[in-house]
Amino acid sequence: MLIARNITKKFAGVTALNNVNLELHAGKVNAIVGENGAGKSTLMKILSGVYTQYEGDIIFKGNKVRFASTREAEDAGIAIIHQELNLVPHLTIAENIFLGKELTNSWGMLDKAKMNSHTKRLLEKVNLNLRPDTLISKLKVGQQQLVEIAKALHANAEVIIMDEPTSAITDKEVDHLFAIIDELKAEGKIIVYISHKLKELFLKADRYTVLRDGADITSGDMSTISQEELVEKMAGRKVVIEKNISDAIYNEPLLQVKNISLKNAQDAGSYLVKDVSFTLHKGEILGLYGLMGAGRTELIETIYGLHPGLGKGEIVIEGAPKKITAPARAIASGIMLVPEDRKLQGLCLGLGVRKNISVAVLKQLEENGLFLNMRKETALAKDYIQLLNIKTASQNTLSRNLSGGNQQKIVIAKWLAKNPKVLLLDEPTRGIDVGAKSEIYKLIRELASTGVGVLVVSSEIPEVLALANRVLVMCEGEITADMPVADATEANMLTSAIHKN
Amino acid sequence: MAAIHYKQRIKSLQSLIALLLLCIVLTILTDKFFTADNGLNVLRQTAVNICIATGMTLVVLTAGIDLSVGSVLALCGAIAAGLLKNGIALQATDTYIGFTILGVILVAIIVGAVLGWFNGFVITKFNVPPFVATLAMLTIARGFTMLYTKGQPISNLGAKFAFIGAGSFLGIPVPVWIALAVVLIAAFITRQTRLGRYIYAIGGNETAARFSGINISAVKMIVYALAGAMAAIGGIIVTSRLDSAQPNAGSSYELDAIAAVVIGGTSLSGGRGTIWGTVMGAIIIGVLNNGLVLLNVSPFWQQVVKGAVILLAVIIDKLDKKD
Repeated sequence: MLIARNITKKFAGVTALNNVNLELHAGKVNAIVGENGAGKSTLMKILSGVYTQYEGDIIFKGNKVRFASTREAEDAGIAIIHQELNLVPHLTIAENIFLGKELTNSWGMLDKAKMNSHTKRLLEKVNLNLRPDTLISKLKVGQQQLVEIAKALHANAEVIIMDEPTSAITDKEVDHLFAIIDELKAEGKIIVYISHKLKELFLKADRYTVLRDGADITSGDMSTISQEELVEKMAGRKVVIEKNISDAIYNEPLLQVKNISLKNAQDAGSYLVKDVSFTLHKGEILGLYGLMGAGRTELIETIYGLHPGLGKGEIVIEGAPKKITAPARAIASGIMLVPEDRKLQGLCLGLGVRKNISVAVLKQLEENGLFLNMRKETALAKDYIQLLNIKTASQNTLSRNLSGGNQQKIVIAKWLAKNPKVLLLDEPTRGIDVGAKSEIYKLIRELASTGVGVLVVSSEIPEVLALANRVLVMCEGEITADMPVADATEANMLTSAIHKN
Repeated sequence: MAAIHYKQRIKSLQSLIALLLLCIVLTILTDKFFTADNGLNVLRQTAVNICIATGMTLVVLTAGIDLSVGSVLALCGAIAAGLLKNGIALQATDTYIGFTILGVILVAIIVGAVLGWFNGFVITKFNVPPFVATLAMLTIARGFTMLYTKGQPISNLGAKFAFIGAGSFLGIPVPVWIALAVVLIAAFITRQTRLGRYIYAIGGNETAARFSGINISAVKMIVYALAGAMAAIGGIIVTSRLDSAQPNAGSSYELDAIAAVVIGGTSLSGGRGTIWGTVMGAIIIGVLNNGLVLLNVSPFWQQVVKGAVILLAVIIDKLDKKD
């Protein structure tokens, strides 16, 4: 049995876990459920030695333990199988399983025969009928997952944490995985199972623990709770959410998205976005909610022309069909994107504030089609720094040196300068402090009031409710709800977002 | 605030300070260094590297590299010499096309630009790493040079053509004027134009640049074409100075160009650096070569010293970035 007692974890002033208690039982599948941001990942990272700074105790097999690294946790018998698998694609199965713990012969050379035969036994155990010298890159996602499990078994793991193990595998592979989970259970291992899929949880889990807003709400035997009760416990929130309800009627279609689909490049035949259609009206704010992996980001990336080969469907702007095969085309049609990861996708961190604001409108700043009018550029940057209240020492300050909120404002300013018709915002306030967050909310509302159509993607229900006039919910690549914000509640949004069959 | 500006200014002058220190040391150690003749000599010898390194800077700013410039230089120089000397004789129609000096210069620059553009095309359309694409071009262009010259130098190009490499204007060698023009054009591009801004944006964060609607492929192809054109200009200078197009001209010139870029403080991962820095870098290498000769240092040791200077420059740059 593994017991975590009074675990508290803070990140730069934000409390991710607050006095959490958790009991994991041997020979049982222990489900951990909660919304995005409830603290599941943080808790698992503490158990597996990723985070070493926290308050509280972990008691494993009767002893207090504190891991200084993932390696220590692994040696103690705790293995985590991440959603994004961590195998080296150009090495073989055996080489991956023995990575960092290679067996050598008396000459100090790698003992491949021994490692391969050992691997063969492990693969038999997880029912994976492959040669140990097969390259990982030749394996499907489901098979790679089994290799990860084999790796955990090789490390003599007693606690195996599976983070969304069925998110990327086929039904047949799921059955296979479940059979192995049953075997591991019978051997007395502690299985920790994190999933958004309720059906699976009720099928496989023995115990549940609900986390919400960084605290453990309740736990117990799976057999004593119904699906409805579990969802209620995940959603129930004390704070009153202010909805953006207005009498305004939005009936002038701006962006019509028709039958958008996106193929999964990793898994031929499956789709990340399935036949999605919706309409965004002039001046309307549409909130798109969904859990991790629901296909929200993929949907707006497809609209933005980032997946030209894999996506299909029709995009109509103000009645005119547009063929969008690259971001430049989307921008020319008036669609602009504030991407999910502002540091990786939104900004040139090594360039100054001014140059980031003006990068999309340089053509308008050109004189005689030859050189840039620096005076105009400075004036433009000054306007937007004032308008958006961007806190920066100067226009030349490197974007890298600004806070997250101010960085996000730069990305928004870049598009405001370009007069968007449709603004797509993907997780616009992720990692941004409360003050800057409310400023960005205000900005989005003002922008919509000038007739811009806004689509906000968010993992936070309160954010969607606070901003949206209409709410869309996605699950497994499909739109599962489309309703006015007045009808939306935490419970019905979550219900639509959770996979049920 | 003031401290940051002060520091940035120091940083932009860093290579100039290094150059001045180097000059002071050489002036003290040898009485032949600090003379007008020697100064012009150094600049004349450095002019070709400045041209190539300027083009290289544009490429490196986009986080790329161009290894083919030495071979492109040779091919363009050979074509210029060949056309000037022999023209094109079409036997089928019994016609002969002769070329003026201006004509061969134009053709050479266009050929250089096309070869560079082809580098950019392969890099962007087929996703070939710049290192590999331009390495292939290094071999291909050298091969064509051998084919075109049949492995023999093309010599005796006339006094007028020799003026480009050996002549002086207002007391300053013509190659220095040419290099100055190339540098001014490149500095204008990087500082004052949309293209320049896109170069920095792509090198700084290609994904963000793409998300901002910048046509990455077009910008890269232009940049590699410019690098090819500047290598061609270098080729014309070299050919003129020697009054001969040598089939193996420009071998390993790409390394001196990259060294100048690096010493000048441009980041090989792109997005950071200036043309001004590269010019300083090229002159530092030139002064170092010249000074070591004047000091009678053996050519073998000269290579060791040059390598050490490159390492030192990069290490100082890294240490600087840490704080």
